[in-house]
Amino acid sequence: MSVSQTHRTIDTIWRMESPKLIAGLTRMVRDVGLAEDLAQDALVIALDRWPSSGIPDKPGAWLMTTAKRRALDLLRRNKLRDQKYVEIAREIDLYTEDDIDRALDGEIEDDLLRLIFMTCHPVLSQDARVALTLRLLCGLTTDEIARSFLIAESTVAQRIVRAKRTLNMEKVPFEVPAGKELGERLSTVLEVIYLMFNEGYSATSGQSWTRPLLCQEALRLGRVLAAIAPGEPEAHGLVALMEIQSSRLKTRINAQGEPILLMDQNRALWDQLLIRRGLAALERAQRLGRTLGPYALQASITACHAVARTPSDTDWIRIAALYEALLRQTPSPIVELNRAVAIGMAFGPAYGLQLVEELNKEPSLQGYHLLPSVRGDLLEKLGRLEEASAEFERAAAMTRNVQEQALLFRRAAECKQEGERT
Amino acid sequence: MRYLLMMRATGFTEAGMNPGGTYKEAVKAYRQSLAKAGVLLAAEELRPSSAGIRVVYLSGGDAPEVRPGPFPIEQGLIAGITLIDVDTEEEALNWALRMPIPSGQGSCGIELRRLEDRAVHPRDPRQTAMEAELKDYLQL
Repeated sequence: MSVSQTHRTIDTIWRMESPKLIAGLTRMVRDVGLAEDLAQDALVIALDRWPSSGIPDKPGAWLMTTAKRRALDLLRRNKLRDQKYVEIAREIDLYTEDDIDRALDGEIEDDLLRLIFMTCHPVLSQDARVALTLRLLCGLTTDEIARSFLIAESTVAQRIVRAKRTLNMEKVPFEVPAGKELGERLSTVLEVIYLMFNEGYSATSGQSWTRPLLCQEALRLGRVLAAIAPGEPEAHGLVALMEIQSSRLKTRINAQGEPILLMDQNRALWDQLLIRRGLAALERAQRLGRTLGPYALQASITACHAVARTPSDTDWIRIAALYEALLRQTPSPIVELNRAVAIGMAFGPAYGLQLVEELNKEPSLQGYHLLPSVRGDLLEKLGRLEEASAEFERAAAMTRNVQEQALLFRRAAECKQEGERT
Repeated sequence: MRYLLMMRATGFTEAGMNPGGTYKEAVKAYRQSLAKAGVLLAAEELRPSSAGIRVVYLSGGDAPEVRPGPFPIEQGLIAGITLIDVDTEEEALNWALRMPIPSGQGSCGIELRRLEDRAVHPRDPRQTAMEAELKDYLQL
């Protein structure tokens, strides 16, 4: 293997092993920043030695042992608190290859879970949670994170430094929350993961390789989370949602980079493996026997589209029912409008319109351009073209997004033309 | 909140005088402590205004006048900028007060300006995703 090949292999190993290393080291030194430094030190040593010595059989274990030795050296030098010293010394003595295997396979999972709860802690801002999680749990460089979110690398780097300081200053414990706190904290973790995914999924700008990277990493992290917290239905729900959405990643954009509407996509090209995995995850969520949470519900909606062979096979009645359930759990104008659309598709536009008319009185929806857009769409389907045209124009005037504005004006003009012809 | 710390230009900076090794060392240490605290977004020195150009519109619609520097010091020229991201105004002021100043070069000063906040309300990814679905349906 050439030096550059070895470096590429080390890169891959680092991606896979660094979260476990950092998690295990954080348990020992109780400082996530120090843990990352120690893991990095081990990486530097590996980069120096492996090109000549060859890559060891168990690179993860090698890195862990090396990092622990560094930790021990450091603690000796700094004469840090005796207790820490004793704890690490004991661990090092006990370490054999088999122990490391076991640690990497089983016990380390608890450490990983603790680390996720730490990097997604509510004392951090949402942006900081995302940056720190991508750095420590996905092994992304600050440069990769910066490119993914189209922000300056220095901003990312500083955000991470501050986040680590905040965790230290607030003495955030390295533990999985228990009892009532667990539910709330878990939802923060799920939000961070889905935010990463969505950032990659919904963005049309940005470099072609960084966006899918975010989706991949979020999916990987979600799978890990569901594997180490198998009793949490929403963890499975989130995985299901991401797996199924990922199945369309390749078909949702044409060769020119323009988005293709869901109903126009070539369904034969949807990734069936990802769909099966998604449905299996959904099944796991359901088997836990509790009422489905928001992620599982949203995944179920996405699944309705995934299993429909053609757009006309879509089970809109089920989708409408799922949106209804979602609305009860997380009321929001956006869910309301989606439900109105589903009802319109399931039972006819007149029923959808009836719902939208009720929403018209909703103060929180005033000025939200998608309300007249949906109304216009339903009116158009009912053949009330003049009214539809006026609604699309109203919607266009409300949005500041130029591209959307143009599309809304186009729909308005089409309705007007069609109306004049009849 | 982000603050721009602007170091005012002096006759010395405008004349391109070397501020001296001690000062440079102090600036380096200051920036390191900003970075260590995780608040540093950018730090740059500006060349004297002789390397600057002004585009001046004397009255609204007319064609602009383009004027090369140097410009009068009393017009509030800037010699360097430091962009920081802190939690409070007090914190920003503390950093400004810690900023090293070249000694023996007459009066100088730092101006703090708060930047407009970017819209950083926490995003709810599920709402974003559902809005995307809605737009997809509406062909937007």
